Amino acid sequence: MKMIILQDILYVSLLIGLSIPLGIYIYKVMTGQNVFLTPILSPVESGIYKLMGVKCDEEMGAKRYALSVLVFSGIGFIFLWLMQMLQGILPFHEAGIKGTSWHLAFNTAASFVSNTNWQAYSGETGMTYFTQFTGLTVQNFVSAATGIAVVFALIRGLVAKEKKTIGSFWVDLTRTTLYVLLPLPMVLAIVLVSQGVVQTFGPYKEVAMVENGAVQTIPLGPAASQIAIKQLGTNGGGFFGANSAFPLENPTALSNLLQVLSILLIPASLCVSFGKAVKDSSQGRVIYLVMMFFFAVSLIAVTASEQFTAPYFVGAAASANMEGKEVIHGAGASSLWAVATTAASNGSVNSMHDSFTPLGGMVLMFLMQLGEIVFGGVGSGLYGMLAFVLLTVFIAGLMVGRTPEYLGKKVEPYDMKIVCLLVLVPPLVTLIGTAAAVSMPAASSWLTNSGAHGFSEILYAFTSMGNNNGSAFSGFNADTVFTNLTGGIIMLLARFLPMTAAIYLAGNMAGKKTVAGGEGTLSTSNAMFAGLLIGVIFIIGALSFLPALALGPIADYFTM
Amino acid sequence: MMGKTNILRPAFICFCVMTVLCGILYTAAITGIAQILFPKQANGSMITVTLKDGSKKEYGSELIAQEFTKPEYLIGRPMGTSNLSPIGKEQKDLVQERIEWWHSIDPENTAKIPMDLITASGSGADPHISPEAAQYQTARIARERNISEDAVKALIEKYTTEPFLGIWGERAVNVLKVNLALDGLL
Repeated sequence: MKMIILQDILYVSLLIGLSIPLGIYIYKVMTGQNVFLTPILSPVESGIYKLMGVKCDEEMGAKRYALSVLVFSGIGFIFLWLMQMLQGILPFHEAGIKGTSWHLAFNTAASFVSNTNWQAYSGETGMTYFTQFTGLTVQNFVSAATGIAVVFALIRGLVAKEKKTIGSFWVDLTRTTLYVLLPLPMVLAIVLVSQGVVQTFGPYKEVAMVENGAVQTIPLGPAASQIAIKQLGTNGGGFFGANSAFPLENPTALSNLLQVLSILLIPASLCVSFGKAVKDSSQGRVIYLVMMFFFAVSLIAVTASEQFTAPYFVGAAASANMEGKEVIHGAGASSLWAVATTAASNGSVNSMHDSFTPLGGMVLMFLMQLGEIVFGGVGSGLYGMLAFVLLTVFIAGLMVGRTPEYLGKKVEPYDMKIVCLLVLVPPLVTLIGTAAAVSMPAASSWLTNSGAHGFSEILYAFTSMGNNNGSAFSGFNADTVFTNLTGGIIMLLARFLPMTAAIYLAGNMAGKKTVAGGEGTLSTSNAMFAGLLIGVIFIIGALSFLPALALGPIADYFTM
Repeated sequence: MMGKTNILRPAFICFCVMTVLCGILYTAAITGIAQILFPKQANGSMITVTLKDGSKKEYGSELIAQEFTKPEYLIGRPMGTSNLSPIGKEQKDLVQERIEWWHSIDPENTAKIPMDLITASGSGADPHISPEAAQYQTARIARERNISEDAVKALIEKYTTEPFLGIWGERAVNVLKVNLALDGLL
């Protein structure tokens, strides 16, 4: 246990230490300043603008920005949908992999375009190398870039004074990709390969096993390149079916540390960028602290549950819960990863969440149900959190009877309607999806576990899709027409409704004038505000999901 | 003021550029660098043994578990994943079966069985077991092979990896490597 505490302290220290310089770097990139990569990348950047036929100083209003996001994502969606169905006749189909069914392709396309990376397929048997790197890897990059672009549009809206525009989506997308999302994974991917993550276009290998001579297939592929961006872009979709539990995807203690660090790195850095961009670091710090608070509490709860509440078997040595966990990661690094991946909307796993203890599994579910705002997805986590900040400002304003203000901008009814959309869409689609699945006659045949834990498998699946996380209680058989279709629609709604709302919020905020704060203005950077914000997040999450959690993990715990 | 082509054209071109840049060029660059700098790791960390007649043979990947069931080998974790709840009845029955199996191949051993030997891993192909799980099996392997326990322990020690920086991760024994060494192949 002492070791685990040390591991967690090392992790949090590294995360905070790295997020500050990276946050400042991202701020500079997104405000058009020169950085050390500018001399190399600016010719590429201007070349791309020229090809697209856009000018880098041509800004957009909210409507145009939102349409650009939707059209760009729509093209990616259609392209990926078709590519999967046609992969049997496209290059690199040597492993005998055929085109997928239309509904699985629909689900996977929705999943990767929405930065969810829910996987109803298994990489080594379901997708060709070609689909993986020209289809899935590309969405790993651009869906992450879209998230970062939109949060900066919102930040510009908050900072601007009586402006009609919030930046250019094409410039935001290009700069994020070139300066942030491409360089980081290049370094990470090479280090991962040095640890044993595979990176080749060569075919799968077959060996005769030592004891019985039976043939074992070793799946290979261009994995490290995709895994690096899957972690850094809070995507989470594994190259192989078992994700980062699979040794060829995450072979050593060091590869595990780097990957789990990458999960939270950019979302945490964006809090720092936010503080810089609004010219008040304490505003970023308060958000960072609130996120860290939820993260730390969850980490302690899950680790303790895995370490101390494992069942006892007669004849076996008492130990932590090792079902579904790898020996080199143990209960400590597995719990840490599980909390990081559900706090961020990453969804990659290095252990099987289905086999976590009931209370451990419940915390993971609840972290997603909070709306993926505890660090959350790259960009989307921060704009989701800013919606909760505005909600808190509004509620506090009601309590003292003053017009609520945030960063000198009045928060008015139109803004609150948008905030409600941002906050309520994920829980709504999650609960509707779960209810629909449970009422399907075939539902029980999709499950591995019986009883309350079986219900948890369904609740987890729709929580994961409804909050764009992508991890699973993998006992749930996801590849059915019903789940592929409803899940695909849910992922798209949970991603693009709040995202469009955030862009319109940005547009509306940009048009307002800034008012100077007075004596009675509620401070949004002190401990009292942090406490209020924590309370609001917790109450909304708990009110939405306690009844469902009671039927699943809580019932599971009490029947053990 | 805002024609549709005004958005469609940049969107389509942007998507094509990103596909070439982030899909094809990025993947190709990483593959090229990986194959030059780390050819062994990039191709699956295969264990290749030069046999007595000079030919080379691949015995497997050091990162993927192989199934061992005979008492003279170090035996790894159960193959495959279960996704079972750790407290469910299905799991309890399965673990009970595994405990009985361990007792059947080594009836003299009355020590408590380490948890990793009776639970499935997340990957279903965990190449490692804990040092305690290896320790549990040393007497049996030594007896079956007519070698000293110290010789078995030395091999296990040799193929045990330490945590990164001494604190990150857990100590773990590579089962396949120990077995190849026991067979005199490594």
